[in-house]
Amino acid sequence: MNVPSNLLFTKDHEWALISGDEAKVGITEYAQHELGDIVYIELPAVGDPVSKGDSIGTIEAVKTVADIYSPLSGEIIEINEALKDASELVNKDPYGEGWIARIKISDPSEAKGMLTPEEYSKLIG
Amino acid sequence: MHTIPNTPEVEKELLDAIGVQRFEDLLVNIPRTFLEKCRIHLPEPLSELEASRHLQNLANQNRNTENTVSFLGGGAYDHFIPAVVDFLIGRSEFYTAYTPYQAEVSQGTLQSIYEYQSLICHLMDMEVANASMYDGATALAEAAIMSCGITKKDKVLVSPLVNPGTLKVLKTYLSNRKIEIALLPEKNGQTDFSTLPELIGERVAAVLVQSPNFLGTIEELSGVSAKVHEKKAMFVLSVDPISLGILKSPGGWDADIAVAEGQPLGIHQSFGGPYLGVFSAKKTLVRNMPGRIVGQTVDVDGKRGYVLVLQTREQHIRREKATSNICSNQGLMALAATIYLSLMGKTGLKQAATLCLNNSHYLAEKISSLKGFRLPYGNAPFFKEFVVETPISPKEIIAAGLKENFFAGIDLGDYREDWKNHLLIAVTEKRTGKEIDFFVKFLSKF
Repeated sequence: MNVPSNLLFTKDHEWALISGDEAKVGITEYAQHELGDIVYIELPAVGDPVSKGDSIGTIEAVKTVADIYSPLSGEIIEINEALKDASELVNKDPYGEGWIARIKISDPSEAKGMLTPEEYSKLIG
Repeated sequence: MHTIPNTPEVEKELLDAIGVQRFEDLLVNIPRTFLEKCRIHLPEPLSELEASRHLQNLANQNRNTENTVSFLGGGAYDHFIPAVVDFLIGRSEFYTAYTPYQAEVSQGTLQSIYEYQSLICHLMDMEVANASMYDGATALAEAAIMSCGITKKDKVLVSPLVNPGTLKVLKTYLSNRKIEIALLPEKNGQTDFSTLPELIGERVAAVLVQSPNFLGTIEELSGVSAKVHEKKAMFVLSVDPISLGILKSPGGWDADIAVAEGQPLGIHQSFGGPYLGVFSAKKTLVRNMPGRIVGQTVDVDGKRGYVLVLQTREQHIRREKATSNICSNQGLMALAATIYLSLMGKTGLKQAATLCLNNSHYLAEKISSLKGFRLPYGNAPFFKEFVVETPISPKEIIAAGLKENFFAGIDLGDYREDWKNHLLIAVTEKRTGKEIDFFVKFLSKF
């Protein structure tokens, strides 16, 4: 299972790519595999304030629905509009074209609480 | 259901096994005062013959639209129901079935629901319809909740001329959801939309309107949807399905969600139910819709089949995030509406609607020329129902009408103080010229 070394993770299977005071977030390869074919994604709105652990959207697969939890606190500054018509991008490329949203981070110290690639790899074992 | 009599022997055996003397010993934790209240005082048993005679006598005291000429409306109407409707829905394959839980093995049920949805989309001129809801009132309440879910806002603006019963249901549905209800102004029997742009604040998720409204008046909806959409709110329209034979459709008014009480579509008035909640919407909103939706597909051999679709909206998958807590539909009544609409067709529905229009306007004109009677909303357009101001209490007129074997209408004074001495009269396609003329003659005596 692909666990890129430049990302941080949550135990709820989200990833964050932090650069400066911004973070790009999405769900992991493991998460998309567990969900199966994704048919619809409910995205947050740009400008929404988020706290770490808040639901920022839902992912709908054929037989289930899962929440997307924000790995960090801050404000949504961009959403992946492409997912509105092509939710399968999350299945195909969860760390790339299937990203969910970009967040302006309000509390950089929260990143320290996230899982390292090694810790996440161990979690999904 | 099996009902097994509890004989004294069986009861003793049960009590012995439990280890108590009497049944009452099992109820010791319930305070005595409550138990006293629960005691049911039944009369002595009757034989089958006596019981059936007694029930028949009770039933014969009922007045209904079979034995009484009805000018009653206010949400439930005496429209003609072709015999085929009752015959077909009475077939055991349909009659005993319920909303499909083992859905895909019930292909016949699913197909009938699919046909129903298709007919509703045509009728309402909307893109998607669900498998139906409990009644028109709950359909409107669900539309309000759905609007708040989509817009993430927490207030709805409602026309004060929505059916009062529906308004009550709306309040009940919204009371525990922290959604505020505010009423729009009204003027001369119509909703007043002139101040709508100022009234739709940031918090308003939807504007809910019924047309024809409770007074029978057709609402002036030109420009309403544009004003609503400008403020990123939903326009929810509740209609009389029969009126769509001649009136502009909800789709034509650019409604986002369109609902209706489906009772006029081949369903008996009974004692207020079961009725049918018609629910339809724009396709972009389908994922937020409540209720079940049937879709058409092909199986592995390429043969046509029907399935429940978009079930991830529903609570057995989505739990607290479900779009609604409805997990059922009004199957048999939806089937009645399906058969009714199939029989009537576009032409039949238009004929029925035109007759309603002509009959009611004929009666309104006759009444308005009677001394002491007046049409308080004279210039407002109406479809099949209208309000008459009466020289005496409508209750007296209604009571006198019953003696002459007809239902004269509804006393609106029961609903609002300012509607005192207002009688609501509905005239369907079933009313003959003779019946209408008799009614006029009857009223002329007051």
